[in-house]
Amino acid sequence: MEEREKLNRLRWRCTRRAMLEMDLLLGEFLERIYPTLTPEQADAFVTLADMEDLDLWPLVNGSRQSPDPVQAEVLALLASVRIK
Amino acid sequence: MSKSSIPVLKFDAVIVGAGGSGLRAAIQLSEAGLKTAVLSKVFPTRSHTVAAQGGVSASLGNSEEDHWHWHMYDTVKGSDWLGDQDAIEYMCRKAPEVVVELEHFGMPFDRTDEGKIYQRPFGGHMSNFGEKPVRRACAAADRTGHAMLHALYQRNVRANTQFFVEWMALDLIRDESGQVLGVIALEMETGDVVALHAKATVFATGGAGRIFYSSTNAFINTGDGLGMAARAGIALEDMEFWQFHPTGVAGAGVLITEGVRGEGGILRNSSNERFMERYAPNAKDLASRDVVSRAMVTEINEGRGCGPNKDFVLLDITHLDPATIMKRLPGIREISIQFAGIDPIKAPIPVVPTCHYQMGGVPTNYKGQVVREDGTPVAGFYAAGEVACASVHGANRLGTNSLLDLLVFGKASGDSVVHDVRSGELGLKDLPADFAERTLARLDRLNTQTGGASVAETRLELQRTMQKHCGVFRFKDMLVEGVARILDVEKAAARTEIKDKSKVWNTARVEALELDNLVEVAKATMVSAEARKESRGAHVRDDAPDTPANPNGRDDVNWHKHTLWYREGNRLSYKPVIMKPLTVDTIALKTRSY
Ligand SMILES: Cc1cc2nc3c(=O)[nH]c(=O)nc-3n(C[C@H](O)[C@H](O)[C@H](O)COP(=O)(O)OP(=O)(O)OC[C@H]3O[C@@H](n4cnc5c(N)ncnc54)[C@H](O)[C@@H]3O)c2cc1C
Repeated sequence: MEEREKLNRLRWRCTRRAMLEMDLLLGEFLERIYPTLTPEQADAFVTLADMEDLDLWPLVNGSRQSPDPVQAEVLALLASVRIK
Repeated sequence: MSKSSIPVLKFDAVIVGAGGSGLRAAIQLSEAGLKTAVLSKVFPTRSHTVAAQGGVSASLGNSEEDHWHWHMYDTVKGSDWLGDQDAIEYMCRKAPEVVVELEHFGMPFDRTDEGKIYQRPFGGHMSNFGEKPVRRACAAADRTGHAMLHALYQRNVRANTQFFVEWMALDLIRDESGQVLGVIALEMETGDVVALHAKATVFATGGAGRIFYSSTNAFINTGDGLGMAARAGIALEDMEFWQFHPTGVAGAGVLITEGVRGEGGILRNSSNERFMERYAPNAKDLASRDVVSRAMVTEINEGRGCGPNKDFVLLDITHLDPATIMKRLPGIREISIQFAGIDPIKAPIPVVPTCHYQMGGVPTNYKGQVVREDGTPVAGFYAAGEVACASVHGANRLGTNSLLDLLVFGKASGDSVVHDVRSGELGLKDLPADFAERTLARLDRLNTQTGGASVAETRLELQRTMQKHCGVFRFKDMLVEGVARILDVEKAAARTEIKDKSKVWNTARVEALELDNLVEVAKATMVSAEARKESRGAHVRDDAPDTPANPNGRDDVNWHKHTLWYREGNRLSYKPVIMKPLTVDTIALKTRSY
């Protein structure tokens, strides 16, 4: 799959989610922070985006921790996103 | 292009939508052995039903005495007497059955010590015909919708339902007699346009809350089912009725639970005044949703809103002990920080009344069959869930009745399909020669358009227009102007231009196609609201005030009827409310007061 297709698929999965909160956060992250990630971080983000919202939300708001260090880095960035 | 140019797949039934209602319908079909396709824009368990946390209602009577007839009364009253009483009786009677069935499908409901389904109180649930609160809501912690979708999905996997994931239905196929023969859909991964030809088509596409600028609904709620139905000449019923939640975060729309005011949160205007003291001296900030929403809008309209554009008010909890906030209102601090950019321990949260739920939709009867104005079914067409208008919610939905609606009418529509297919009433009729023409023309237009408007900007204009002209509190002149504005938006939407013309995974194209649907819903809403010259339930007009002749502005003599909006000519028609239940006596018109 070429880059544009991959990115568009990721965009769909970031902005057509079950909960509005996650549409907003992941959509904003994709536009602003995703382009600055290392390849390992980018892969970790794709894995996170494939999770269901009620599993992802506790990881973002800090009520659960990810055991994976790269994933934890990406989650910290995700938690720093502000919608305003 | 001729019909041979797009591939055709054949099924007994195609269901568009894999949320609670679509999955519930699919179980009936697959378990009956029908060859069933379910289409969804996203993986089924990522449907918006996940967002429902509060619960699902049923008069199980597990915690205290309850009866379906009391539930029926509450629903009729909640609907401000606009709900159809046959459908409401059907739903409330069926509730215990479908909830217990869901338990058998593996739904992990909260339980009492004796192991029964635990039930909790919820606004508007009363015993003995409105006498006192009763515990009727069943929940699975705060994951009710999520747990429900998982239970229904697993059951479908067992029954071999065939899923088409990340497929978007674009248009309904109807023949000359009006019979529905399936849908035309776009597979995002390939960009292919395919016909799904079926004996029966069920719409379960959910709501369209994204027509408003401020909405608690996820981005997916673009009203595709409504758009497709309207383009195929089906009327949309009661589209002026939208339920608003008083406290969505200004800008983002994210819901701030009622619990915040329950714990002592105070609403303030730009001069820091606790304005609810003027509107509801007793209940103050805890007055009912509609009273609070209207007060907020009045403050904003009269120039006492906050911020540079004076377009929100503040929800203040800075006077509460931070320990209380963290303990009693978990998640509120994180939500405020991420979506409002403020820490609610130190600063108040900007909030506005926010669109939450669509009461209107594709007209159906209590069997889940889509009906014409005279009540006769449209052959081959069924609908359930938020896209449908049975009408059980009338002018205002009772909390937790929506998840119930998904189960009851998902199942009923499935049973109707099985009956109509088995009885031989519905065969696989030939597709008309030009069945794909309009859809292909729409796609062609998008591929060749130059110098047109941007999709994102047009969508934003639509949302701002709806919010300003047709929000929670409505004004005559604003509505009249709103109709003209929304027709301008329609013109812009007909000329949207996308830069990316590629075939595979073209999300720009998909968003442009979603916008076409939002436009139909917005027109239906604005035109229906402008015409209804009364206040009823969630439709509240400044020029239809509370008088002795018309309590709460409700005018039963002229307006106790359902609206039907037709896309062709932007035409309105009306039909009577069904006041005769299936077996019990009519619940007669009365002033709605709590
Ligand atoms: C924040 C929030 C909280 C809520 N809480 C409660 C509650 O506690 N209790 C309650 O009773 N109700 C609640 N509601 C309302 C309730 O959640 C919804 O009304 C209900 O879940 C809608 O279910 P549905 O099956 O009709 O549609 P959805 O669950 O929205 O599913 C729609 C499906 O249609 C698919 N689809 C849409 N368009 C297309 C297309 N063009 N092609 C293919 N597929 C398509 C989608 O992919 C999806 O699978 C809440 C709503 C919100 C927003």
